[in-house]
Amino acid sequence: MSQPKVATMRDAVAEVVRDGDTVAIEGFTHLISFGAGHEIIRQRKRDLTLARMTPDLIYDQMIAAGVARKLIFSWLGNPGVGGLGAIRRRIELAGLAGETPLEIEEYSHFGMVARYTAGAANLPFFPLRSYFETDLPSANPLIREIQSPYGDGSVYAVPPLRPDVTIVHAQRADAAGNTQVWGLLGCQKEAAFAAERVIVVVEELVDEAVVRADPNRTIIPGLIVDAVVVEPLGAHPSYVQGHYDRDNRFYLDWDAITRDEDALQDWLREWVYDLDGRAAYVEKLGAERVAALRPTAAAPSGSVDYGTYE
Amino acid sequence: MTEAAAFSKSEMMIVAAARELAGQRVCFVGVGLPNIAVNLAKRTVAPELELVYEAGVFGARPARLPLSIGDPTIVTGSTAVTSMFELFAFYLQGGLIDVGFLGAAQIDRFGNINTTVIGDYARPTTRLPGSGGACEIAINAREVFVIMRQTTRSFVERIDFRTSPGNLGGAEQAERIRRQGGWLGRGPSVVVTDLGIWHFADTGEMRLDSLHPGVTVADLTAATGWSPSIAAELATTPAPTAVELRLIREELDPGGAYTS
Repeated sequence: MSQPKVATMRDAVAEVVRDGDTVAIEGFTHLISFGAGHEIIRQRKRDLTLARMTPDLIYDQMIAAGVARKLIFSWLGNPGVGGLGAIRRRIELAGLAGETPLEIEEYSHFGMVARYTAGAANLPFFPLRSYFETDLPSANPLIREIQSPYGDGSVYAVPPLRPDVTIVHAQRADAAGNTQVWGLLGCQKEAAFAAERVIVVVEELVDEAVVRADPNRTIIPGLIVDAVVVEPLGAHPSYVQGHYDRDNRFYLDWDAITRDEDALQDWLREWVYDLDGRAAYVEKLGAERVAALRPTAAAPSGSVDYGTYE
Repeated sequence: MTEAAAFSKSEMMIVAAARELAGQRVCFVGVGLPNIAVNLAKRTVAPELELVYEAGVFGARPARLPLSIGDPTIVTGSTAVTSMFELFAFYLQGGLIDVGFLGAAQIDRFGNINTTVIGDYARPTTRLPGSGGACEIAINAREVFVIMRQTTRSFVERIDFRTSPGNLGGAEQAERIRRQGGWLGRGPSVVVTDLGIWHFADTGEMRLDSLHPGVTVADLTAATGWSPSIAAELATTPAPTAVELRLIREELDPGGAYTS
């Protein structure tokens, strides 16, 4: 087999993420790798194109830290709370004060999912019944109307998205990178298959036998994974089904921090630059706060019998 | 205290939206106000309602009000978890969604919606969240419900950006384009605001059918950015019942985050 893939976050990001890359940290509200985003900030990567359906707090933080020149997205906000100030200040007229705006490339949710799907499947475009009679194609000329080759009308096409690097957080993987997820699946499978290189960050490293005992739960095979990072609570303040809940207090607190560039830069210093990694972050968070995020009760799945066929 | 002071404007809006869901089967839920309205409908007028969340859940049974559009409580105990590709391609574009719920920063008289920018797209004065799934919901859900607060800044003569199509320039044009394009959606059917309930006339234009208790036609007109069409037999929305208020206050939004 190939060389060992289990790595520290520092080594994985140093090795896999390069200045100028297109990077997708995916995970729809669930399983967002804040740990990887913070390491990218600490290593002062530059000129990245950041792709994500919902930029969420992590891209607000990364863009405030100056790692990105461009953002590809479909919904821009602090989900359930409000706005993302750092990103808005780099787009809106009043915030720019003559500076170059952040470049944006905007789709709808289905458009972003379709872009990753085309990228994963090596297709030149993906067709969808969306965008009709809207201003989105004029805002983004990469969204194009095409005629059906079978003569039954038109659809819109979006181009493939092939990130240089996709980073996903998951409940568990084995050392080869075979990765299992439960709960919301988002578009992580599509984004991983579309990418040139993949980093998987997990709550738990498990034996290969654990994966093989439940193969239906594997969404990403080790075949396409370059590095496996073990980082419990690496998705905080987002959540991991069965492990910890969204830290909603953090999302609410962010609303005030993101409105004020100085407060945001102070936050980055305290919680990212001055810490050497996720373990220090979790320690700073405190055991009490973490304990409050644990599920209130267990809800184990029923089990199925795959059978043995010799 | 008068009868009308016993509930908030937001509570009236949520109750009115929930009642509109009577008889509906499969509903695509949005975050915030729609979330409470749909969960209230399931507990009152539409017990058979299947809740679909764009995050990739069919048949959700949330034990608490979800914090955002994705939440571990919409997964536990649900009928199915799907990838977002399946959700948008098979459930929505495949025609299985009866009602899609949308919010709006701006809406025009024909129900066209802006959630993208205020001002110029390239140099906006206010950058809004964008489409998310709204644009494909507007096109593919069998019908669209809109829930939003109404002011002259949100109910406008001309929206700054069309994120989600409504009845375009009128019903005739919208029906022709939907037919030619093979859209499954029939467009917007109701707009519930904090002031009243609008449905759509044969012309494709919004018509005010009901005013909430305590709201006058003058209040409504002052909060509409065009000369509104008002039903000849204008109704008054029945006030929230004790049961509806108890469900909102004790089960759905006990912290009052959306309804106070």
